[in-house]
Amino acid sequence: MNLYDTLFWFFSAVAVGCALGVILSRNPVNSVLFLVGTFLAISGHYFIMNAQFLAIVNIVVYTGAIMVLFLFVIMLMNLNADVEPQKGQLIQVAGVISGGVLFLVLIAAIHKASPMPIDKQSIDIGLINNLGKVLFKEYVLPFEISSVLFLSAMIGAVVIGKKEPALPAEGEAQ
Amino acid sequence: MLLLQVDIALIIEKLIIISVILMGSLGIAMYATWGERKVAAIMQDRLGPNRAGPMGLLQPLADGLKLFFKEEIIPDRSTRFIFILGPCLAMLTALMTSAVVPWGPDYIAPSGRTITFQVADINIGILFVFGVVSLGVYGVMLGGWASNNKFSLLSSIRAASQAISYELAMGISLIALIMMSGSLSLRDIVAQQHGFWDGNWFSWYVFKQPVGFIIFLTCAFAELNRAPFDLPECESELNMGYHQEYSSMKLGFYLFAEYINLFISSAIIVTLYFGGYNFPFMDQVATATGPLLFSIICILVLISKAVGMVLFFMFVRWTLPRFRYDQLMKLGWKGLIPLALANMLVTGMLVLWVFKS
Repeated sequence: MNLYDTLFWFFSAVAVGCALGVILSRNPVNSVLFLVGTFLAISGHYFIMNAQFLAIVNIVVYTGAIMVLFLFVIMLMNLNADVEPQKGQLIQVAGVISGGVLFLVLIAAIHKASPMPIDKQSIDIGLINNLGKVLFKEYVLPFEISSVLFLSAMIGAVVIGKKEPALPAEGEAQ
Repeated sequence: MLLLQVDIALIIEKLIIISVILMGSLGIAMYATWGERKVAAIMQDRLGPNRAGPMGLLQPLADGLKLFFKEEIIPDRSTRFIFILGPCLAMLTALMTSAVVPWGPDYIAPSGRTITFQVADINIGILFVFGVVSLGVYGVMLGGWASNNKFSLLSSIRAASQAISYELAMGISLIALIMMSGSLSLRDIVAQQHGFWDGNWFSWYVFKQPVGFIIFLTCAFAELNRAPFDLPECESELNMGYHQEYSSMKLGFYLFAEYINLFISSAIIVTLYFGGYNFPFMDQVATATGPLLFSIICILVLISKAVGMVLFFMFVRWTLPRFRYDQLMKLGWKGLIPLALANMLVTGMLVLWVFKS
């Protein structure tokens, strides 16, 4: 077992363990912390595949921004294990069935897929120069379209967050 | 076995460099606490610490000793594990950033071995700094939340929203710098600022990116929770802020991490904008002195520039009053981000049309 394999199995174990922790822990803050661990492990995977840019951007965006906002919301709502609302029986069963079906589909897809070893020749593909060239030359249209998608999401957020114009009070017109 | 192929000398060299950098950062941070109190005293026409040792020079040791021997209190209703994790994370992220700072030029030893005064030259150095900085807020947030105290929670929420808001402007101001340098490696960026005058213009990025520098500096104040942006620990509103429930060395870790952050970010600001270890007439000095002496001079130049930056942070802290929270958010979102975007646009146009290479 060489260094690459060792690291691969280490990061995989951490990622799977933390992902289990996310769904098994009762306290939502612990869930968020486990999710942070999962993201860090996935970044580690990117690092051993020599995709340094992707790894760091994953950390900056997911761990540094999105998870901080998650934590923020959870802290403000002050969720605790004992005050967490319990779902009804029907919803629990429905959740188990739909999750199981999704799991089945994933298993089937992974089972059929042929393993693709990393191409040692194109080991530099994840470096920022090559990534930039690929993104802005070959895939420039999808890239721009996805940025428009982000823009629309941002505008949507601003519209939702905008203050409602004050309604004229009842009977003021008279 | 792959382990056998690894160059043992390289590992030893890196271990020495890492320990020297860690010890140096800790030492400088320790004396930054003393410096802060002296600066405050001088600016307020007082004497400052003067009991422990000559000029109070042993004061940091006395403070550390006091913190170590204080009783350690973990609040009854706190989340114990996260409460302890908070200061650890603060310290860890504070120290991690120093890994990518190039502290001096390469030194070629007589045996033909090249020694780089940098822990890791990764080709995404700036992004690494950025990633670690974005993780830094976890220490404050988790500590504040786990204390189970309203003031601590308010403070940690302030810290998080402040950090996220100012990270955006900081990132955009860095993009303008990266567009000029064409590289994300801090080593390349320092190498491009060689000397002081490149024939046509100053080679330091502060003269090429003045607006970006001001934005970056402002955001650094906010990310470091330094006055005038020290809202997370503003004592008039929040008693003490996120570390209110902490005592003993855990409190010390929080306070200390702040000073380590202060020194390391000064070193990074100097590396990015003030030429790192470069100084005017360095080529003449290099020929006049031996390579080892030259490397040492360069390291000292970088450290003195960083210490100058630290002093600047301190002068500002004792000069400007604290912002109000809504003013802080307004400045970040409505002032700095549009300015940084405009700066990025102008830099892009200049790089594309004027300075075509």
